[in-house]
Amino acid sequence: MALFLIRRLIQSVIALFVVSLIVFVGVYGIGNPVDILISPDATPEELRRVTRVLGLDRPMWEQYGLFVVNALRGDLGNSFIHSQPAIQLILERFPATFELAISAMLLAVLLGIPLGMWAGLRPNGIAGRTIMAGSILGFSLPTFWVGLLLIMVFAVQLGWLPATGRGETVEVLGMRLSFLTRDGLAHLILPALNLALFKISLVIRLTRAGMREVLLADYVKYAYAKGLTERRVIFVHVLKNILIPVVTVLGLELGSVIAYSVVTESVFAWPGMGKLVIDAINILDRPIIVAYLMVVVLMFTVINLAVDLLYTVIDPRVRLKPASA
Amino acid sequence: MKIDTPLRRFAAEFSESRLALIGLALCALLLLIALFAPLLAPQNPYDPRALSILDGRLPPGSGGPEGMVYWLGTDTQGRDILSAILYGLRISLGVGVLSAVFALALGTVLGLLAAYFGGRTDAFLMRAVDIQLGFPSILVALILLSVLGKGVDKIIIALVIVQWAYYARAVRGTALVERGKDYMEAARCLALRHRDIVFRHLLPNCLPPLIVVATVQVAHAIALEATLSFLGVGLPISEPSLGLLIANGFQFMLSGKYWVSLFPGIALLVMIVAINLVGDQLRDVLNPRLRK
Repeated sequence: MALFLIRRLIQSVIALFVVSLIVFVGVYGIGNPVDILISPDATPEELRRVTRVLGLDRPMWEQYGLFVVNALRGDLGNSFIHSQPAIQLILERFPATFELAISAMLLAVLLGIPLGMWAGLRPNGIAGRTIMAGSILGFSLPTFWVGLLLIMVFAVQLGWLPATGRGETVEVLGMRLSFLTRDGLAHLILPALNLALFKISLVIRLTRAGMREVLLADYVKYAYAKGLTERRVIFVHVLKNILIPVVTVLGLELGSVIAYSVVTESVFAWPGMGKLVIDAINILDRPIIVAYLMVVVLMFTVINLAVDLLYTVIDPRVRLKPASA
Repeated sequence: MKIDTPLRRFAAEFSESRLALIGLALCALLLLIALFAPLLAPQNPYDPRALSILDGRLPPGSGGPEGMVYWLGTDTQGRDILSAILYGLRISLGVGVLSAVFALALGTVLGLLAAYFGGRTDAFLMRAVDIQLGFPSILVALILLSVLGKGVDKIIIALVIVQWAYYARAVRGTALVERGKDYMEAARCLALRHRDIVFRHLLPNCLPPLIVVATVQVAHAIALEATLSFLGVGLPISEPSLGLLIANGFQFMLSGKYWVSLFPGIALLVMIVAINLVGDQLRDVLNPRLRK
């Protein structure tokens, strides 16, 4: 176990290092941010000064070396535009993204599991078929387009919910959160639903497949034979057993929800990390791009590692192969 | 009497689902539309002489110059949305299919090599696949595009890098099973060259799952390209795919001018759903486990 952990940790560190190199060299290879930052009629003198202040006059390897040394100290450089540490800007935006991702996950569970159970219980009924058809649509529809439709229907045509921003926020433990105020909650609903749609479809399919499998199991027949009510059999015996795969998959999907929030945040102007990085890509704010990618890749590495470890703990059927594999 | 060939049997099984046939028909129709867009479109949306800025943002059904009708309205520059969609289909479908073909080629070769040679080659390639599939495709694409910049060639490169791993994994799985079969043994005993064994004996028997993966991945590539272009990191303004058309209309949506975004979006949706319907049925037909 310890050996496995060490090997995986070393692999993760190498992966992080490779990504940092690709990102750094790539991002610093495109365009010249100085052209965007200063006015076109600036003097050559001014141009040289800005280049020097940003450290862009040094050779690439020196810039990368400096970047790695600083990154290890938690400093990923200052944003060219905001003149603040990039990492600080990213972390400031993190609670917004995190809140959105968690809300989407909750929606996926709260809507997906009941709908999937219904479709699994009555696979040939009208409701069951409608739910499944809906889940195919949920898979096919591109997230950003659903976001547009939601805005068009609920914000523009009906005027029920706001289309952009976070609304009023409350500070809890140093994080600004939206869902605790009425206004904030109203702002959260549409983006969360948008981000959740794909995962809802996924949960519906998993739950339905699980239902159909578990309903045939002997212990379910036995529970019925014992004279338990249908309600008790379904909500206790069956539900518990279908939750295992659903929860595992959802854990794996948390990272992808955070990655895909880039799309939802852009559509709903939700002030999270994703919105920040898309803006940064468009104005070539290199430190922000690099910092975002490093933070997200680090997060992913940790999630993947945690899931791998959890697997071996939860499911005794998964046993790690010896180190020679 | 009809002779029962594998192809005929496949066609018969495929046509058992009416939805899949509709999907196939739609795919064919969209392909034809994309190919013949310049002949079908009422207006060349990229010819500035054909556009009149005075016709900007007209609602669907408005009349244009010389008795032309803007059936789906116009955008800010007075461009006919219907024509823009027909041209946009070309770009979206072209990018999707091209990237799928390249990814198929790359992934298949690497997957076959991994399965055929095994050992270190296999361990190394599959480790790369695992690492890559551990990250969501949009994140990988964002990293690549923030590095590569905008452009048709660049988005195709990004999509190929995002997708090759799916093909490699699928083909390796099948090839591992096929490798142990007698005909492979026979081919090896004949001392054929590696290249001949892999491409003339192994590859043809690994095709069915690849076809399924390829269909699904074309739809995936189209959706991903649209998303990236919508975010402004995909295609440049000069190559308006459906995703860019939708992005252009986005700012007018809040003022109720829905048509600029809505209709390109419907075109995108129809295309993706049609491909997915075909892919679903292919998976059922080609899956040996579901064989009747």
